[in-house]
Amino acid sequence: MIHGKPAGDLISPAENTWCPGCGNFSIEHMMKSALAELSESEGIGLEKFVLVGGIGCHGKLVDYLNVNSYYAIHGRAIPLATGIAVANPDLRVICFVGDGDTYAEGLGHLIFAAKRNADITVIVHDNRVYGLTTGQYTPTSPYGFKGRSTPGGITERPINPLELMLVSGATFISRGYTKRLKPLKETFKEAILHKGFSFVEILQICATYFNRTDCYNEQVYAVADEGLGTASFDQALAKSREWDYTSKTRIPLGTFYRREMPVFGEKFQEFSRREKRREEAVRDLLEGYR
Amino acid sequence: MRDYSVMIGGKAGEGINTAGLAIAGIFTHLGYHVYMYFDYPSLIRGGHNFAVVRAAEQKIGAHRDTDDILLALDQNCIDRHTGRIRDDTVIIHDTYRVVSAGGHPVDVNRILDEENAPAITRNSAILGAFCSAAGIGRDVLEDVFGKTVPEKYLDVNLRVAGRGGDAVDEVMRIEALNRPGLPVLTGNEVAGLGLVRGGLDTFVAYPMTPTSNLLHFLAGHADDLGVKVIHPENEIAVMLMALGLAYAGDRTAVCTSGGGFCLMTEGLSLAGMSETPVTIVLGQRPGPSTGVPTYTAQGDLHFALNAGQGEFPRFIVAPGDLEEMYAWSAGALSLSWKYQIPSIVLVDKTLAEGGYTFDIDAAGPIPQYETQLWDGTEPYRRYRDTESGISPLAFPPGSGAPVKANSYAHDEVGFTTEDAEGIAGMQEKVLRKAEGLRRDVESARAVEMAGKPDAGTAIVCWGSQKGACIEAAERFDARVVRPIILAPFPAEQWRSATAGADRVIAVENNATGQLARLLRQHGFPVDDLALKYDGRPFSVDELAGRLAEVIG
Repeated sequence: MIHGKPAGDLISPAENTWCPGCGNFSIEHMMKSALAELSESEGIGLEKFVLVGGIGCHGKLVDYLNVNSYYAIHGRAIPLATGIAVANPDLRVICFVGDGDTYAEGLGHLIFAAKRNADITVIVHDNRVYGLTTGQYTPTSPYGFKGRSTPGGITERPINPLELMLVSGATFISRGYTKRLKPLKETFKEAILHKGFSFVEILQICATYFNRTDCYNEQVYAVADEGLGTASFDQALAKSREWDYTSKTRIPLGTFYRREMPVFGEKFQEFSRREKRREEAVRDLLEGYR
Repeated sequence: MRDYSVMIGGKAGEGINTAGLAIAGIFTHLGYHVYMYFDYPSLIRGGHNFAVVRAAEQKIGAHRDTDDILLALDQNCIDRHTGRIRDDTVIIHDTYRVVSAGGHPVDVNRILDEENAPAITRNSAILGAFCSAAGIGRDVLEDVFGKTVPEKYLDVNLRVAGRGGDAVDEVMRIEALNRPGLPVLTGNEVAGLGLVRGGLDTFVAYPMTPTSNLLHFLAGHADDLGVKVIHPENEIAVMLMALGLAYAGDRTAVCTSGGGFCLMTEGLSLAGMSETPVTIVLGQRPGPSTGVPTYTAQGDLHFALNAGQGEFPRFIVAPGDLEEMYAWSAGALSLSWKYQIPSIVLVDKTLAEGGYTFDIDAAGPIPQYETQLWDGTEPYRRYRDTESGISPLAFPPGSGAPVKANSYAHDEVGFTTEDAEGIAGMQEKVLRKAEGLRRDVESARAVEMAGKPDAGTAIVCWGSQKGACIEAAERFDARVVRPIILAPFPAEQWRSATAGADRVIAVENNATGQLARLLRQHGFPVDDLALKYDGRPFSVDELAGRLAEVIG
């Protein structure tokens, strides 16, 4: 049993192939610690966590942690994760998705998971560039970004994922940064414990194709420092609009919004426990057709 | 042999389907076997809808070209179907809406006025007149309405039906057969029941004709049947949700048609690689693309056989009637779990939306296959290499070690691999499952033969064309050979079922002869094709005519 093992044993034997300096290491280790601490403090058995990965550098994380996982396909981690959560509401399902993965290929799924308040946590590794396919623009690349498919610079503006998630109905919205480790871990724990759809956007350093460390270090600040609450939609909207993913304005980090709402699939829980009489149920129903 | 055909037609949105089912219910009450073909354009109101209800003493699965009774709710019913009207066809029509027809007028407007009845009861006047003309007692209609009409509308419908009956005298007598009636259901409904019988926990679908009614049926009966029913944002999400549900232990099925199945194919391939069971009810309609949404075709056989990148085993079954639909919807689900593969129940609009007499006791034993579960004796490895290729299943949190499913090539634990030996080994493990599956298919009743077993002429068909082929073949003393299971193809059974046949004619609802192509791929000859690709199924008479031309 993996239950009760110290956090160090959560690292799997799979060979790690991220570039040196990759922001994914921060996410991996802070998630590992978050899971171990939740197991310890909340009594959630490690066997109850299920990680679902998209395809991209981020997805490798599910190989690297010794936890239940489903390494899914590009853009589609979220509906798969929703299925797992509906089948067994006792599981804690965490999706690791990329910005190309979920904001381009799978955007519809992200919006619908927020809309239906699926009881899953979505961690977006937003490095604002495609890594595995070697350096093209993504939906959050800044205006003018020169990628391998757009050498003249993009003429479209980035989407603002926090704003999008807020208006789509997400009930937990947060932003982290891979160079701010402790807040990242705390955000993970809060997001996992939140009942309903938790959205965590992480500004992740891509050491090879788009290293924004200097800019981020200069621009970021913690929303908590301003002593604001997380209950106001309007305030969260204003905060999420403070930075437009292109300009050099301040970038707020932390939890912007949190709200309790009924979760998707709650009504199913009564019949998943019901004793089923297959043949009898079918014959009873047929009687109505005679 | 008593054998009747009744057509009812009118404007879309006026309850023609419901009226057709009521006629089917009346025949059922009298002890007949029924088949109902429902023809409707892709619109909500207006246009012309009609239903042909055929009733016979023996089991039937196809309509005929002419009618004994025609119930015309509008002029289109006469003008568009002149070919269906014989000299002795009894025509009953709505006086105000049909201006030129012989036969028996019913002054429906006046009846509704005098009974202070809502417009929705129009059809009841015609149904009452039908019963009266056919010598069917009012008690029969009362019984049928009693079961189908909501209680608060029952009285007014019966009054209107009674007045309709008064308007027409008995002109023929449809005798009761003095045997208990069997229920009439659609293929969609029976697919739902079969899936439930096979152990369905959850059903996920995005609506698309011709299988939307399977989604509606299971959603409507979710509580009675104990099934979770989910309608997500699109077919991509449908397939992915289904795989997530199965990963966590829920037996899950989905339904769609060709266009939706296109979207599902990336998830289908994921099911193949991650070895996650899923059952797909795929209802065909004419393509390519949007095609003819509310009509029928058998054009997606090779799509179903080949959908998804990469090489992985799959099970495809094409039921030919409701009894096979029931047994094999259950069997498909069960096999998908035994082998952790996708199972496809390949149907078409004809079977999915057609109404048929359903005899659950004639469905035979339900094909059941055991799911291999982790026995806890050794540390869990999701993709453990075994002789059968089947790696036992375990579900979090009860697996003792992490359950790691993967869309990448992977090792036994489920970690991604690019190791040459590992890639080849896992591919071979997956394909070994196909060998066991093939043995299970050859041990099941995978090929059905009807007609004259030693006839030199073999008519071959698949799916919904079973009924028409069996009846038409009688006129030529031919045998009818039909694969129920299409993948893996039951070659041994096919060889013996076609032994001695010197002329093989494939009857299909497509333009290129897709079963014929599959047979040729397996080395079985096909001499002639009788194809129909106008969106309509073969009637018995039309098919007999085509076969006469081919056979010469």
